[in-house]
Amino acid sequence: MDLSILWYLVPSVIMTACGVYGFITRKNLIAMLVSLELILNSADLNFVIFNRFLFPGSMEGMVFTLFAVALAAAETAIAIAIIINIYRSVGDSDIHKVNKMKF
Amino acid sequence: MDSVGNIIVYFIAAIAIAVFSVLTVTSRRILRSATYLLFVLLSTAVIYFQLGYQFLGAVQIAVYAGGIMVLFVFAIVLTHKPNDRSGVLDTHRRIVGLVASGLGTVLLLFALFYMPLPHDASLAECLTSGREITMQQIGEAFTGSGRLQYLLPFEAISVLLLACIIGGVTIARKR
Repeated sequence: MDLSILWYLVPSVIMTACGVYGFITRKNLIAMLVSLELILNSADLNFVIFNRFLFPGSMEGMVFTLFAVALAAAETAIAIAIIINIYRSVGDSDIHKVNKMKF
Repeated sequence: MDSVGNIIVYFIAAIAIAVFSVLTVTSRRILRSATYLLFVLLSTAVIYFQLGYQFLGAVQIAVYAGGIMVLFVFAIVLTHKPNDRSGVLDTHRRIVGLVASGLGTVLLLFALFYMPLPHDASLAECLTSGREITMQQIGEAFTGSGRLQYLLPFEAISVLLLACIIGGVTIARKR
């Protein structure tokens, strides 16, 4: 049995599908952020898989994934700061209760 | 022909990714959901190691599984009471989610199995034909400004992280 590129792309598809489902159905801001991480992680995985199987001589996919991991860390930190701020002013992190802006 | 060990490791990682991804978005307790996300990230690191990117696997564990998960757990503990459960989903929302993710999956699987790939090599062939990536090569790729070297994005990321620190502190501080 050969482990070809298709074998590796299937878990990535599952991860993306779960992320989309979670992003639509979840009502909590942090849970939505968790679903977003799933989608982002599957994109990173795809970069690395295509790099290894289609261009085994180069390492550009790995470099892009390293940048994407750093970006994900920055994005999560800011998002969580915003969520904590919302929790402080609204008292909940449910998206249905966060329906007013400042006024 | 791939070795049996590689195939077993692949199946463990792939099944773990599939199962824990589903549990992440269906679990009603948010702390458990974050823990399942941690398992997904660790299984992804296993696949990185198997594909021969040791440095990337280490970064995945250190930054994602270490740093980001700590942030998530911190935020969850700050904003939720223990044993807080999210309410039951209404059917309308669940149907919309299932249709969207199902359509996306069908589209992606169609693209996967019907688009022609340049060549269909196995993992063992790719690992032997590709060169081993050393730390020196990674360092040179990040600190040079020539072709296929990324000094400018590297510096941009460092400025972005500084902006992110200042922004995080400014947004989350008590007024």
